[in-house]
Amino acid sequence: MKVLVKIRRRALIADPQGTAVGKGLRDLGYDVSDVRIDRSITLEVGGTDQALVRQAVTEMCERLLANPVMEDYDIELLE
Amino acid sequence: MKVAVIVFPGTNCEHDAVYALEQVGADATLVWHRETDLSEFAGVVLPGGFAHGDYLRTGAIARFSPVMAEVERMAADGAPVLGICNGFQILCEAGLLPGVLLPNVDLAFICRYIDVVVTSTNSVLTRAAEPGQVLRIPLNSYEGNFTTSPREMDRLEADDQIVLRYSTPSGDTTDEANPNGAMRNVAGLANATGNVAGLMPHPERAIESMLGSADGAVLLRSFVESLAPAHL
Repeated sequence: MKVLVKIRRRALIADPQGTAVGKGLRDLGYDVSDVRIDRSITLEVGGTDQALVRQAVTEMCERLLANPVMEDYDIELLE
Repeated sequence: MKVAVIVFPGTNCEHDAVYALEQVGADATLVWHRETDLSEFAGVVLPGGFAHGDYLRTGAIARFSPVMAEVERMAADGAPVLGICNGFQILCEAGLLPGVLLPNVDLAFICRYIDVVVTSTNSVLTRAAEPGQVLRIPLNSYEGNFTTSPREMDRLEADDQIVLRYSTPSGDTTDEANPNGAMRNVAGLANATGNVAGLMPHPERAIESMLGSADGAVLLRSFVESLAPAHL
């Protein structure tokens, strides 16, 4: 089953990369603020039981893919 | 006293660490990250570099290298465990030290001497130093911006776990002396029992005045003096 995981820093955690990109966009003349750079990971997970796959991916997020100190994550089952 | 210097794929400061530890009296040995038995060692050092390419997050994958179970066991047993730069990031990811290291606030890779002031001697990293002592040590990192929640930070300060802070040459912890945006100028900290410590600057690159500074030696000497015979 194909799964999309989106990982983003919590709002209160600084995102220097997003800040730098926002500055670049403003230098180009765009009216933008609060640019945040998230991470997306797609993975093919064995099994067809949606609940079990979601449970496994949640565990992957908690253990490795996200750092619970500073990041939140969303899991989307794609098929 | 035998010290294991762990080598992950992408570690690049291991030889400096071994050399510096030996200069202050340790018997240091390189140990590959797939090793699962560190029982012959009294302490362990996670040196700098880019373990596992720093992919995902710095330290995120290294934290699950086979050797880390032994590092966690030694930490729990009270043995001295030190993380330098990338090693510090790995210890944070492993939960052996609190907080995270974010990219530097201005997104600059910093490679220069900085000053740090010893704010606690209650750790294996600083026990041989004097409180208030200012050390000039190279910083060499992109992700050294220590961050945690304000509440956790208050607790760390109350428990005397912040051992080194970025400072002026006279020891003032001003905003201007903070090179990377680290919360409250934190350059190094220890766990509650003081046996696990991490720092962003590189003491192993500051042990000979001929090469710029010998100020890092006192930190490594602290570590080596902390190696108790009980852990042999």
